[in-house]
Amino acid sequence: MATLVSHPDEVRVISKRFGQGATEIERYLQLDGYKAVQKALGMGADAIVNEVKNSGLRGRGGAGFSTGMKWSFVPKQSAKPKYVLCNGDESEPGTCKDRLIFEHDPHAVIEGVMIAALAVGSHIGYIYIRGEYRYLSVIMQKAIKDAYAKGFLGKNIFSSGYDLDIHWHGGAGAYEVGEESALMESLEGKRGIPRIRPPFPAVVGLWGGPTVINNAETLAAVPHIILGGADWYAKLGTPKNGGTRLFCLSGNLNKPGVYELPMGYNLKKMIYEVGGGISNGRGLKAVVPGGSSTPVLLPEEIDVAMDFDSVAKAGSMLGSGGVVVLDDTTCIVKFALRTMKFYRHESCGWCIPCREGTDWLEKTLTRFHAGAGLKKDIDNIYYLAENMLGKTFCPLGDAAAMPTMAFVKKFREEFEDHLDGKPCPFERTGAAERQPVLA
Amino acid sequence: MIVDTQNFMKFSDEFEARFTEMLTHYPTRRSALVPTLLYAQDEVGALTDEVIAELAQRLDLTELEVRNVISYYSMLTTKPRGKYNVQVCTNIACMLRGGEELLDHCKKKLGIGHKGTTEDGLFSLEEVECIGACSWAPAAQVNYDFHENLTNAKMDELLDEYKKKGTQ
Repeated sequence: MATLVSHPDEVRVISKRFGQGATEIERYLQLDGYKAVQKALGMGADAIVNEVKNSGLRGRGGAGFSTGMKWSFVPKQSAKPKYVLCNGDESEPGTCKDRLIFEHDPHAVIEGVMIAALAVGSHIGYIYIRGEYRYLSVIMQKAIKDAYAKGFLGKNIFSSGYDLDIHWHGGAGAYEVGEESALMESLEGKRGIPRIRPPFPAVVGLWGGPTVINNAETLAAVPHIILGGADWYAKLGTPKNGGTRLFCLSGNLNKPGVYELPMGYNLKKMIYEVGGGISNGRGLKAVVPGGSSTPVLLPEEIDVAMDFDSVAKAGSMLGSGGVVVLDDTTCIVKFALRTMKFYRHESCGWCIPCREGTDWLEKTLTRFHAGAGLKKDIDNIYYLAENMLGKTFCPLGDAAAMPTMAFVKKFREEFEDHLDGKPCPFERTGAAERQPVLA
Repeated sequence: MIVDTQNFMKFSDEFEARFTEMLTHYPTRRSALVPTLLYAQDEVGALTDEVIAELAQRLDLTELEVRNVISYYSMLTTKPRGKYNVQVCTNIACMLRGGEELLDHCKKKLGIGHKGTTEDGLFSLEEVECIGACSWAPAAQVNYDFHENLTNAKMDELLDEYKKKGTQ
C-alpha cells in the first residue's frame, strides 16, 4: 500500500476520497457516490458531452486531448456495439497516480466509465488494469461486483431503462499496451501491436466497434465535473486546462509523493515547496516534467505553469504528470541510457525505426557511458533519434526520441566529458556493464 | 467445434469460476486470453506445454497463437521461477534513489543474477521496468506484493522473512 502525503496547496477533487474507506460501496455512497451518474441519466448524451467539453478536461494519460471532444467523435448511429475502455495500464516511468485511484476510489472509475458510456450511447465498458497491479485488480473486481449487486450495473440501471455492463480486464506486463490501439489488441487477446490510424478508435475500435478510450484519472474526474459543473471545474485550472491533476513527484526530493494540485501550478514551487526541495542538500540538475518520454528541463527553465500549453511552450510536455527530479550528482548520459534501455525493452518491434532505433541508441549510449564513445557518436545519437520522430505507427518511437534529443541538445558538454576513454565523471557504483533485461 | 471434455486440465475452482464468467464478458473467446494466462501461471508456476495446449483448446486457438502472445508479455513465462520472484525496479525514478545498488545487493545476497533462480527454488531475481512506485522509490515486488522506500537493510529483512515463510 502506497503512502499518502499532503500539502496545504493541494486541491482535492480526485483524491478527495483517498484514505476514506471508499472502496466499500456503502462508504462511497455516503461520500456522494453514484450521484453523478444518476444526474447524467437525466441530462442526455449531448448535454454530458458539452459539460465535459466546457470543463476543459484533457486526457490525463499524457496526450492532453480534450475528453469531451474525443467523445463527440463517436458516431451516434452504429451497426456494431460501442465500447468504453478505461486505460489503467499505467506504466510510463515516473507515473504512479492511477494506482492510488484504484486503491482508494475504484467506484469513481466505474462511475466515470458509466457516464462516458451514457455520453456516447455505449452499453459495455472495460476497465483494463496492468498485470503487476494484482491487488488493485482484486479491489476493482470486488467494486464491480458490489455495483452489480446494488443494481447500479446490468439491466435497467437505476430504473432508467438503460442497460450497462462493466467488466474488469487485466494485462500481463507491457508498457506498449498503454498506447490506445495496442490496448485494444491486448484486450482482444493478442500481442500489443499498435494499429494504424485512421481509422481512429472512436470510429473503428474494439472488435470493429466505435470505442472511447480514456485514462483512469480522466474518467475518475468525470463524476466530479457532472456534480460540480463545468464552470467550477474549469476555474480550478488555467484557460483550456481545466481542473486539477495528480502530480507524481519522484527522484531526488525530500518529500516525494503523489499530490493533487491545480492545473497550471508552478513547477519550481512544486519542486521546492510541495516536494520539499532537493534531498541531501544537493543542487538541482534537471527535471523530467511529465514521465520519461518528455524532454528534460534545465533549472532555469522550471519557472513554468504546469498545464499542457505552458509546458509545451517551454519545449517539453506535461505528459502523464510524472515529475522526476535529478540532483547534480546524476550523470545525464547514464540517465539517457537507462531511459533508452527501457524503450528498447518495451518496443514491440512492429516498426523498424523504433525497433532498430531504440536498439542502436541503447548500444551507442552504453558504449558512450563506458568511456568508449567517439565524438561523432554525439551527433549520431541525435540523428538517430530525430529520424525516429513521427515515423512510427504509435508514439512509442517518439517517446524514445524526444527525451534523447533533449539530453544531447541540453547536455552536450557532459557527453563530451565522457570522451577519450575517460570514465564516467559521476560513476558512483563502478558497475557500468550492460545488464540485459531481455527475456 | 468438438470439445473433448475428458482431457480438460483441472485448475482450481476459483480459476474455473472466473474463467467461465470471463468468457461471457467478450464477443470473442480469445479476448479472455491474457488475464487467463496470468492466472493459470500463478496456479501452475509456469505456462507449461500442458497449460498452453489446454488454454489453446479452450479458447479456439492454435498453440502457436498462444505462444505468440506469451512471448510478448514480460510477466508471462514458460519456465518456472522461484517460489518468491524478487523484482527490483531500476528504472529512472528508482535508479535516482539507489535501485541499481539494491539490485546488486540482491544479486550478492541471493547469489544469482538477473532471471536466475536459487538452487533450492525459493527465490528468483529479476530486474524489472517501472512498476508504478516512483514516488516511493526504490521499490521492488515480491510476486505481487509491493515493497517500497527500500534500503539494503530493509531488503535483507524482507528476504529473511520470505525465506522463513518459504521453508516452514
